[in-house]
Amino acid sequence: MELFLMTLISGIMVGGIYALVALGWVLIYKCSGVLNLAMGELTLIGAYVSLTFYSMGIPFILSIVLTLLIGIVLGILVERIFLDKLIGEPILAVIMVTVGISFFFKGLVEFIWGTDIRIFDPPIFSLKPVSIGFLHISTVYFWSFVLAIVLFLVFVAFFKYTRWGLSMQATADDETAALSLGVSARFVYAASWAIAFMSAGVGGALLGNINGVTISVGYLGLLVLPAVVLGGLNSIPGAVVGGITIGILQNFAGTYLDQYFPGGVKEIFPFAFMAVFMLFVPYGLWGWIKIERM
Amino acid sequence: MQETDRILRVNNIEVKYHEVILVLKGVSIEIPRGGIVGLLGANGAGKSTTLKSISGLLKVEVGEVTDGAIEFEGVQIHKKNAVDIAKMGIIQVIEGRKVFEHLTVEENLRVGAHLRKTGSVKDGLGLVYHYFPRLKEKRREVAGFVSGGEQQMAVVGRALMTEPKLVLLDEPSMGLAPMLIHEIFNILTKLNSEERISILLVEQNVKLALNVAPYAYILENGRVVMDDTSERLKENEDIKDFYLGLSEKGKSKSFADVKHYKRRKRWLT
Ligand SMILES: Nc1ncnc2c1ncn2[C@@H]1O[C@H](COP(=O)(O)OP(=O)(O)OP(=O)(O)O)[C@@H](O)[C@H]1O
Ligand SMILES: [Mg+2]
Repeated sequence: MELFLMTLISGIMVGGIYALVALGWVLIYKCSGVLNLAMGELTLIGAYVSLTFYSMGIPFILSIVLTLLIGIVLGILVERIFLDKLIGEPILAVIMVTVGISFFFKGLVEFIWGTDIRIFDPPIFSLKPVSIGFLHISTVYFWSFVLAIVLFLVFVAFFKYTRWGLSMQATADDETAALSLGVSARFVYAASWAIAFMSAGVGGALLGNINGVTISVGYLGLLVLPAVVLGGLNSIPGAVVGGITIGILQNFAGTYLDQYFPGGVKEIFPFAFMAVFMLFVPYGLWGWIKIERM
Repeated sequence: MQETDRILRVNNIEVKYHEVILVLKGVSIEIPRGGIVGLLGANGAGKSTTLKSISGLLKVEVGEVTDGAIEFEGVQIHKKNAVDIAKMGIIQVIEGRKVFEHLTVEENLRVGAHLRKTGSVKDGLGLVYHYFPRLKEKRREVAGFVSGGEQQMAVVGRALMTEPKLVLLDEPSMGLAPMLIHEIFNILTKLNSEERISILLVEQNVKLALNVAPYAYILENGRVVMDDTSERLKENEDIKDFYLGLSEKGKSKSFADVKHYKRRKRWLT
């Protein structure tokens, strides 16, 4: 029973990080309709960038802030250089470009940082677990979850309450109508990429803290795909539920299935689940159902 | 009238979609500052295309002004993009009540205010609610679920939030009950006279448009075939026949069927 609860709780905690990354993915999809297959590499970049700052002796929280700033710059650059020219091109072309971007960034990371595993050193979080009642949660999971959720809420508040956020939502709803009011779709696309880079970057930094920083952080980032499919691609609540569900599934697979299928079952299981899930719920849990009026 | 009296001057424009589909074949329209001008015509005449040419939204549909010019307050705008044109104060209310359906009514209005200074967003909302008290009641409701009339009010209110100088309205009466149409057009007239907003009004409801706009253009097949004061248009036999349905010939299928030859000859000379 305790093992079950522990697995569940740490699944939820990791899932919080996936939810944060998934939010970035959903914003790009909602605002510009781009299916971004480079999300894994965006998390990878975040992990290495934050690690680099931290190794320079900058406090962890400040490293995260710097990672956010770099995320904004990279997001805008990527959108302007690779995607701006593709507005109006077939969706498949755009998807292939995001695949290209993912290879580009993976190569760049290997070029700059090499392929050895690195860790945040000295460790940021104490090894003594946080105890809630009889449950002992590892500190790094706990604080990563808290940070991911706080950032998630900040992004959602930005989206809901600021004029830029509202412009993004308006563009997601009806691009031409937004344009008729002077809202530039190009601005909105760039903003959505900036937010995606920020959320993935911080997600990568947190995942890197939990697992160590290697190329494989990118595979973890790729788990947002089953998460957003589960949530329905364009739904923000869907990103939360999808992210957390994937975190839980992954952890249970690791705890209970690994003994029967040793090796990568933890990584594969969420994708297998997604495939089966889509057979039954093709639009995900909260996919936009078009508002139809009588 | 003097040069400066015109806020907008559309000078003999030709418009093509996708470089080959010729839709406007020489359209000229003048709008006096603070005036309301009607733009009337049957389906497919090119009314919406004319509005999109002015607002710059044409470019989104791969259309282009290939000849002629559009001048707003003395500045040529037909090469500018939609965002810049909107910033200059020309706002098109596109046909079909395109609210942002997942946002609330008030959020819809706030999107219209994205270029304003923070303090004046409140003033803007105050102004919109003053003219559209119904929107105030519905302000927290999701725009996709309010009634058609309220949606129409929301898109006009949203345009108002941008502090426009010229509003291009595309068929605001479409699909609305007569009472509501009456209410909305009353408000439009007030906005014009009290806020000094110039309006170019596209309508298929000709009777209505001629009552609201003192001057109107008739568009047919991408050409202006007639323009005159509404008083005189109301008396025109062909207009009566085809648009107002006042004579026994009103059942004709198309304006073109009505004394076509005679009409052409008269208008083209
Ligand atoms: N994006 C486009 N690409 C190609 N042709 C177009 C496009 N938009 C409109 N047209 C054509 O241009 C002509 C004029 O269309 P427009 O929408 O301007 O007419 P309208 O007067 O507004 O008609 P309605 O009263 O039906 O709204 C039509 O023949 C239409 O098929
Ligand atoms: Mg039209």
